[in-house]
Amino acid sequence: MMRWRLALLAAMAFTLPAAAQDRMPPAPYAYTQLDDPTKEQQARELMHTLRCLKCQSQSIADSDAPMAGDMRHQVRTRIAAGESPKEVRAWLVSRYGDYVSYEPQVSSTTWPLFVLPLVLLLLAGTILFRRLGARTREDSA
Amino acid sequence: MKRLRYSLWIIVGIAGLLFGLFAYQLSQPKDDFVQSAMVGQAIPEFDLPAVVESRPGLSSADLADGEPRLLNVFASWCIPCAAEAPQLDALERAGANIVAVAIRDRPEDVERFLEVYGNPFTRIGRDDISEVQLAIGSSGVPETFVIDGNGVITHQHIGDIREDDVPRLLEELRKAGS
Repeated sequence: MMRWRLALLAAMAFTLPAAAQDRMPPAPYAYTQLDDPTKEQQARELMHTLRCLKCQSQSIADSDAPMAGDMRHQVRTRIAAGESPKEVRAWLVSRYGDYVSYEPQVSSTTWPLFVLPLVLLLLAGTILFRRLGARTREDSA
Repeated sequence: MKRLRYSLWIIVGIAGLLFGLFAYQLSQPKDDFVQSAMVGQAIPEFDLPAVVESRPGLSSADLADGEPRLLNVFASWCIPCAAEAPQLDALERAGANIVAVAIRDRPEDVERFLEVYGNPFTRIGRDDISEVQLAIGSSGVPETFVIDGNGVITHQHIGDIREDDVPRLLEELRKAGS
């Protein structure tokens, strides 16, 4: 029994440093909604398409990391101050690059992603058309 | 028939190339660092109050007075920040002017941290909601920025400063001064 308790204590001692977090309260608008429901809606939709930098595979709307809270605060206060969601996204992209945004962006590096499927579809269409076309001609001959 | 053979081989070749690309990319270590897009740009305007009594706060105007500086983004609750303390000390002894921003930190915690690990900073700003951190494109603690005399960010170091990073940072600081 004693040994188990010691093991448990040791385990707890090892997990403590990993839990190192700040002791500050969250930023004012990290968890508080804006009074204006349309603005809150705008802010919320935007938050779902912004990447949490600390947790990386979550949006800032889904994360409880303090930094995600601070980012939500920025989003809400900027929207409340009259900025459009587009402007807020541009502000973050100018800090962290496209990485911070989950919204697909056509740019000088991403355009092949949008063009390639169209090219492939067109190619497949032509091949199919020519083959089927050839067959129907054979049939009619 | 002959033409069909050729086109089949071409498809096999393309598939092989794709798998080669996948294998190569999968074998590369994952880069978790988020680089700041603010390197090369003027530091945005800010004005942070002091966090400890012994050092004044930090504003963007303090960073545009002609002297290049290191800007250290740290927190007392961050373990790598304690690990880089000897390196910051070495940088200060080598003549670097180091200012700091304390992220989401209580004054008493910062005070204790500086007592234990030393205080190489000439100014420390208090950033309770990570606003300056977000404004300069920093995504964690610790990070160290090189700021030239005009307040332009010239270099970003992500993570704690190791011993072999010290000469590189001094070189970046020298470049920012010339």
